[in-house]
Amino acid sequence: MMTELSLNVLDVAQNSVKAGASLIQLGAVREGKWLTLTVEDNGCGMTEEQVAHVTDPFFTTRTTRKVGLGVPFFKMAAEMTGGDFSIASQVGVGTKTTAKFDTAHIDCIPLGDMCSTVVSLIQCNPDRDFVYRYEIDGRGFVLDTREMREELGDVPLDTPEVVEFIREFITEHTNGVDGQAE
Amino acid sequence: MKQNMKSLAELKAIKERMQNGVTMRGDHEGSTRVAVGMATCGIAAGARPVLNAFTEEVAKRNLGSSVMVTQTGCIGICQYEPVVEVFVPGQEKVTYVKMTAEKVARVVNDHIVNGNVVTEYTIGANAK
Repeated sequence: MMTELSLNVLDVAQNSVKAGASLIQLGAVREGKWLTLTVEDNGCGMTEEQVAHVTDPFFTTRTTRKVGLGVPFFKMAAEMTGGDFSIASQVGVGTKTTAKFDTAHIDCIPLGDMCSTVVSLIQCNPDRDFVYRYEIDGRGFVLDTREMREELGDVPLDTPEVVEFIREFITEHTNGVDGQAE
Repeated sequence: MKQNMKSLAELKAIKERMQNGVTMRGDHEGSTRVAVGMATCGIAAGARPVLNAFTEEVAKRNLGSSVMVTQTGCIGICQYEPVVEVFVPGQEKVTYVKMTAEKVARVVNDHIVNGNVVTEYTIGANAK
């Protein structure tokens, strides 16, 4: 098990990286007590049969090495709270993983440090694009690396100054949204 | 919302600074590579703070042009996660195990900057 939901997001997003996605969209959206976490990619996608098996921790053919315990952990974390979990995927189009959590439930794992998750993903995969949306009751912000590239030109996203900028940007805007939600 | 929130426009300044003489990292040949295991096993064991600590330490010491911090998958020794592999050009790979954010500063200082492997953190010293 993971100690933070943000670690599940980091783990599941790695599947998108391995699926060859050029764009990976992460969402942490809260409405009332419900928190919805999404990981959506434009990677290679999965067949219906693969989708049926990815949530089963004991299914492994080792031809689908990109999936292991990551997805079952994520699913379990959502279902422990009485929430939902789903995967929609199409070969050649991409995959969308959605997990919904009842944050008022005693077994709900805290969201944790989403900022570090997003920073780690961008830094380790500077050739991919990421979109991160954080929202509470309709108020939020979006970080889109495609927009960042427009400003940066040839400067890579894993340049230390840029990584630091991303961390500060997400921290400030998250605190802004959290402050208004209180 | 606060008025003076960080905006993407600040990236322009970073770009200008990079173009004004500061070394650009074109290719990574000849640079030291730090690879943190970031599969499910690594993440569950605490790889994310280790990765972030390496990034911070490298930035703090201005090693950005000669050290690259990146991720790797599961290399099959899950019980030793978080695992970090350090590749210094021309030298054998060094595998550090059961890493923590606290151990990172010493690996950067002793090994990456000064060339002395921190033997007590390596897999050789920890394998049973």
